Amino acid sequence: MADPAGFAEQAMPFMSALYAAALRMTRNPSDAEDLVQETFLRAYRGFEGFHEGTNLKAWLYKILTNTFINQYRAKKRRPDQVDLDDVEDFYIFRRLGGLEAAEATRTPEAEVMEGIPDSEVKEALESIPEQFRMAVILADVEGFSYKEIAEILDVPIGTVMSRIHRGRRALQKKLWDYAERNNLRPRVESATGG
Amino acid sequence: MDCEHAHLRVYEYLDGELTVWKRRAITRHLDDCPPCAQGFTFEIDLRRVIVSKCAEDVPAELKARIAIALGIIEADEPVPE
Repeated sequence: MADPAGFAEQAMPFMSALYAAALRMTRNPSDAEDLVQETFLRAYRGFEGFHEGTNLKAWLYKILTNTFINQYRAKKRRPDQVDLDDVEDFYIFRRLGGLEAAEATRTPEAEVMEGIPDSEVKEALESIPEQFRMAVILADVEGFSYKEIAEILDVPIGTVMSRIHRGRRALQKKLWDYAERNNLRPRVESATGG
Repeated sequence: MDCEHAHLRVYEYLDGELTVWKRRAITRHLDDCPPCAQGFTFEIDLRRVIVSKCAEDVPAELKARIAIALGIIEADEPVPE
């Protein structure tokens, strides 16, 4: 059983990560602030039920996602639709010509992605369907394992994998669409390396 | 291990979710196949880019609201770092 007096000290360092996740989930700063505050209050009230020595970060994210699902999901502002039938593995990398250009030792393709503004990357992540989006945030942004994500979202590991895969593909499609619209391409350097 | 099989496992490989044996088979393939190795590297780079571009600063006002709600500070005190 955890000591409530230690809650703030242990939990406050996770606030910025929780806030970033909340923003991507709610897609709205004032909802994100309310969601984070509600998460901290619920966690504080329930801290005696937290087992000291287990994963506090995962526990906080479980409260965050549950609170989001119960309170904010009804307020959807944009429809969640994306057609992934034609999105294969290495979606962007293939389109930037990567699989044909074998020799180089770094990926100029990644530099193209660096050229996409922060706001567009956030927008792309926020645009993917909610179930996929939550799985991608937990895996890619927060670095949770499939098992931890399964516990946080209360779904089987197979479902977690499927959501992460589909979410990443949807995200790649959005980012690629932006790159193509804005004609972002790898800089053509000396192909022979000379 | 061929390219197609390596591609099927790209995410599990990068997420560290494969058994040692499957992981080793893919690593061997990547050692022999520069295009696949670059594709995997791109996926890692892309994730890094996404994480760095999606970082957020917590509004000071939210920090204060939570600190007050948890009874860490009084309403008229400054928020500790």
